[in-house]
Amino acid sequence: MTGWLSPEEWTAVRLSLLVATTAMIASLPFGVLVAWLLARGRFWGKSALDTLVHLPLIMPPVVTGYLLLIGFGRRGPIGAFLAEHFGIVLSFRWTGAALACAVMGFPLLVRAVRLSIEAVDRKLEDAAGALGASPVWVFFVVTLPLCLPGVLAGMILCFAKAMGEFGATITFVSNIPGETQTLPSAIYTFTQIPGGEGGALRLTLVSIAISMAALLASEWMARLIGRKIAV
Amino acid sequence: MSAVLDVDVVRRQGAFSLNAAFRSDGRLTALFGRSGSGKTTLVNVIAGLIRPDHGRVLVDGRVLVDRERGILIPKHRRRIGYVFQEARLFPHLSVRRNLLFGRWFAPRGEPMRADFEKTVDILGIGALLDRAPGALSGGEKQRVAIGRALLSDPRLLLMDEPLASLDDARKLEILPYIELLRDQAGVPIVYVSHSVAEVARLSTVVVVLDEGKVVAAGATSDILSRIDAPVIGGGPEAGSVLEAEVIGHDRAFGLTQARTRAGLLQLPGLFAAVGATLRVRILASDLLLSLNPLQQVSALNSFRGVVRALSPRLAAGAPSIDVQIDCGGELLIARVTAKSSELLALAPGREVYATVKSVSVDSLAGASYEGAR
Repeated sequence: MTGWLSPEEWTAVRLSLLVATTAMIASLPFGVLVAWLLARGRFWGKSALDTLVHLPLIMPPVVTGYLLLIGFGRRGPIGAFLAEHFGIVLSFRWTGAALACAVMGFPLLVRAVRLSIEAVDRKLEDAAGALGASPVWVFFVVTLPLCLPGVLAGMILCFAKAMGEFGATITFVSNIPGETQTLPSAIYTFTQIPGGEGGALRLTLVSIAISMAALLASEWMARLIGRKIAV
Repeated sequence: MSAVLDVDVVRRQGAFSLNAAFRSDGRLTALFGRSGSGKTTLVNVIAGLIRPDHGRVLVDGRVLVDRERGILIPKHRRRIGYVFQEARLFPHLSVRRNLLFGRWFAPRGEPMRADFEKTVDILGIGALLDRAPGALSGGEKQRVAIGRALLSDPRLLLMDEPLASLDDARKLEILPYIELLRDQAGVPIVYVSHSVAEVARLSTVVVVLDEGKVVAAGATSDILSRIDAPVIGGGPEAGSVLEAEVIGHDRAFGLTQARTRAGLLQLPGLFAAVGATLRVRILASDLLLSLNPLQQVSALNSFRGVVRALSPRLAAGAPSIDVQIDCGGELLIARVTAKSSELLALAPGREVYATVKSVSVDSLAGASYEGAR
């Protein structure tokens, strides 16, 4: 297997998996919280939040990447703050690539989770409340378990989006082999150099395999959960 | 001593307005009225799912709501069990974990009054504990829902038409369990229903609601025999409820003999031990009125009484009126045509005989007894 892919290609695969997994896991709590706010909350500015969350879905990815560069770059207001107080540098690092992927995948995650929270019968939540569960407990012991298939679907969508993210990533953290060169960037690089077709094709096959594996895994898990909570 | 339940609330909801006040000390208080009369809104106010615009709610002397004093205890701290029309079991938890759900959230350091084994036993759900809710029948689900509410150790149990979504066979399956709860669980119950039969069989106190207002409240046998409560008197189910004590059985003919204040009543079927108290309901339309005792007639039960009141005719030309008759302290209601009323010259003070066939009295009496005294 190692012989099949060159070390550089392996690095790109490993990096892509790391970036996509980090993006998925790090955005999960925020995604569930925002989805819950949008599904159940009644507050001023709800539609503004909704729009903000969905912006990366409709804006050109390059624009999102550029906004991240301005905001989270070393001289950007947030980037400078993070570097100064926490020593976290995002620009031109793999962590920056994860941030870009998380932002791009966020609307997909929120959409899936929100829809599944809306599908949870509020009557069950009322029943739990009458049995003495506070709203926070109701969420964790009734709402969340019942919308788990949706959360799972959202996670897979977010992961898949992160695996394929190109525009925002390359704009924000560039295309540095071993640091920010994910699968799409590597494939793009191969297509730009003479004799790179072989590498591009191999990485394309790897991409397809990872996407299919993720999809199958999510189907299998959703079925497992679905069987448990079937009414 | 404070009442078990003391409610006085106002709530406006679009065109509908609820403005209800009542107190009850009953073991089972029925909220009775047709659909849209505000019964469910009222229990939701008590449970804390809806907040009233004004007023207060007290359970066992504990203030749950007092808008004027700014008190509004959230629903999860009210200690009120709620059994809904649909069972609302948590589909991702087994029956056992559904039942124990409320325990996780009961306040620590207080002894639990509801006993798991006993509750499971009363409701007959011991065999279902490890099943998933999806695999239960409608009646089983509702029994589990009742158990779940009880095991959260509530100070009051609300039941909002818990039988409404079940067919007649399932209803008959659950009714005895609710009777057992009323008599043994030690938790006062508020039971919402629009069925006179259920109310007559189960409740000790009735609160009648109409268009968001309490139009009558009191002991069940008094209320169900009153003709001025429009919801009951005007309905097709108008009737009277009698308390009866079983004094013997006629085995040759398969009849149960019971003593009421109105007189001897013979009921079809052999049931209930001697000394048991029954509640019997006689439909107004099943009573026959005469000025003299009837001779050579098949009906077995005849009571002598005095006309107390006649209901006004609902409209000029309406064919029937309801007549209230005092038979030795029991109030019977008979529905007769306006024409018969005129022929017999029925008026308050007139002596009449009210006759009913035994076979007409079996609907409630068959299974309804409160156990031997």
